[in-house]
Amino acid sequence: MPNLLTLGWIDYLIIIIYFLFVIGIGWALKRYMSSSKAFLEAGRSLPAWVTGLAFISANLGALEVIGMSASGAQYGMATTHFYWIGAIPAMIFLALFMMPFYYGSKARSVPEYLKLRFNEKTRGLNAIAFALMTVLASGISMYALAALMEKLLHWPFDVSVLVSAGIVLAYTYLGGLSSAIYNEVLQFFIIVIGLFPLVFLSLKDAGGWSGMNETLSQVAVDKGYQAGAWTQMWSHSGSSASNPMGVEWFGIIMGLGFVLSFGYWCTNFLVVQRAMAANSMSAARKTPLIGALPKIFIPFLVIVPGMAAMALASKGTLSLELMPDGSPNYNSVITSMLGHYYPSGILGLGLTALLASFMSGMAGNVSAFNTVWTYDIYQSYIKPGQNDDHYLKVGQIATIFGVVLSIGAAYLAKQFGNIMDFLQMIFSMVNAPLFAVLFLGMFWKRATGNAAFWGLLVGIGCAMVHHGLTIPAGADPAAVIKGGWISVSHTYPSGMAQSFWTAIIAWTSATVFTVGLTFMTKQMKSNEELGGLVYSLTPRIVDKDDKWWNRPVVLAVIVGALTLVLSIIFW
Amino acid sequence: MKLDIKIPIGLLFTIFGIILSVYGLVTGSDTEFYAKSLNFNVNLWIGLFMLVFGIFMLILARKSLKEIKEP
Repeated sequence: MPNLLTLGWIDYLIIIIYFLFVIGIGWALKRYMSSSKAFLEAGRSLPAWVTGLAFISANLGALEVIGMSASGAQYGMATTHFYWIGAIPAMIFLALFMMPFYYGSKARSVPEYLKLRFNEKTRGLNAIAFALMTVLASGISMYALAALMEKLLHWPFDVSVLVSAGIVLAYTYLGGLSSAIYNEVLQFFIIVIGLFPLVFLSLKDAGGWSGMNETLSQVAVDKGYQAGAWTQMWSHSGSSASNPMGVEWFGIIMGLGFVLSFGYWCTNFLVVQRAMAANSMSAARKTPLIGALPKIFIPFLVIVPGMAAMALASKGTLSLELMPDGSPNYNSVITSMLGHYYPSGILGLGLTALLASFMSGMAGNVSAFNTVWTYDIYQSYIKPGQNDDHYLKVGQIATIFGVVLSIGAAYLAKQFGNIMDFLQMIFSMVNAPLFAVLFLGMFWKRATGNAAFWGLLVGIGCAMVHHGLTIPAGADPAAVIKGGWISVSHTYPSGMAQSFWTAIIAWTSATVFTVGLTFMTKQMKSNEELGGLVYSLTPRIVDKDDKWWNRPVVLAVIVGALTLVLSIIFW
Repeated sequence: MKLDIKIPIGLLFTIFGIILSVYGLVTGSDTEFYAKSLNFNVNLWIGLFMLVFGIFMLILARKSLKEIKEP
């Protein structure tokens, strides 16, 4: 079997230079790593544009690039829901309303905030769940990278795993969180420049924007939808049967736009950690907003090539890879197009962009893992009261430990093909209740620690029961992972609809239980203890030092307005 | 003082820019080679763009270095 991509010497040269730079950044930062704060929190010293780009880059992993271009082909323009409704509002909310408590509380992690606001057991539950999820997520990134390289270039699986793990270990061990963040910024620019030619060439080949739309209208009609189903985002969301995504407007707004997106962006320490590394409160609050500006335009970089691929495939210009059952393998859209349009030289750059995003997916998780492990598990339960040098050492060892566990997770992922779906399911079950609890904690001073702990557990439990009772159309309950493992009492039109509703139920039950139990339990924390942690007991922030155009609120209005205008254009 | 991230970004883009644009110039006459990219010499154009961006980053880094030295 021939390689799907053929690399020339120049492509290898570009990839090798990139790897040297990545490790070089870690090396250059090594001499600043004198305390656990420098290593695990980047010394809280980075400017807003650096943390902002890292914030968005930590999320722009290769799985996102591959997944979103796949959805672009499969569902069309409606995929932008994952950005304009499924990310931007939550990022604005995090910046304006939640960052003051995360950053201002001096907590070093999300679990530590839970401890300050609620109690030790709520922190413990979240810290352990989070540590497990980051290791799994990092392992899955590694597995996906190795599997892709094996398929495209016939690089041996073990070699890819070990080399990528080695590079990630080198730069996170040397430079800690700063190194992970710096590399995320570098990676952001490489991804944008590496994918831009693909957008240009595929659109040009598809006959420009209007040519592509014409072809896609035909595709939509052929598949039994209205002509605009692939090119408009809201017009066909009246019912779940009229758009290829299989979700109606209520599910999109409540499930994706509210619960899933707020659950991810406002609670996930992986992204929140980037904002917490900023050098001031104002910079911390601007971090998600500066990240939101490029986020608004990323659909044009990843979804549009997917849509163009669909149009080109229907015209016969581009052939999509097929699955064993004869349906198109949407996940290979982006790599097929790299091979189709990129000659040697730029091909090395495009591949570097993919490799870079896989590795930053790992590094981001490892740097979040070692912080939570060191502060929330080791320092809290295993060995409290040591000097800082000790915790710096533990943080560094946790980095090695995290990478080794990730390698284990990568091989686990190789054993069980659908571990990726499994992880996403767990994420939606854990994050949605966590958002409910954090939200109540921040904006309702009465909410008690015991209520929060049980609210979190019940929310997760209800999500699991819902998953056990429902299934997406066409899935087999025996597979367990798709749902219906208790008994099938409801069938959703798509897996996406099922996961939206799982999250809605998880959030609702966690909120109801936390509120209800709060009235039955006693608040153990005094108003003094809750100062800086709860909205009503924290002095309002006045951004008087900044120039007006540099204030978080102004940035938020710009981000919101841009998103609204684009949503109307592509309505 | 911490490492300024603009320096590695500027250096990497400058190096990639030089490599790609030189490669683009050398291979530019090979029309068959660029048939893939719809007859655009993508290496040359992207290389030049990266070069400009890299130098721009380095100039910014130099400027902020000066500002720190002489406030």
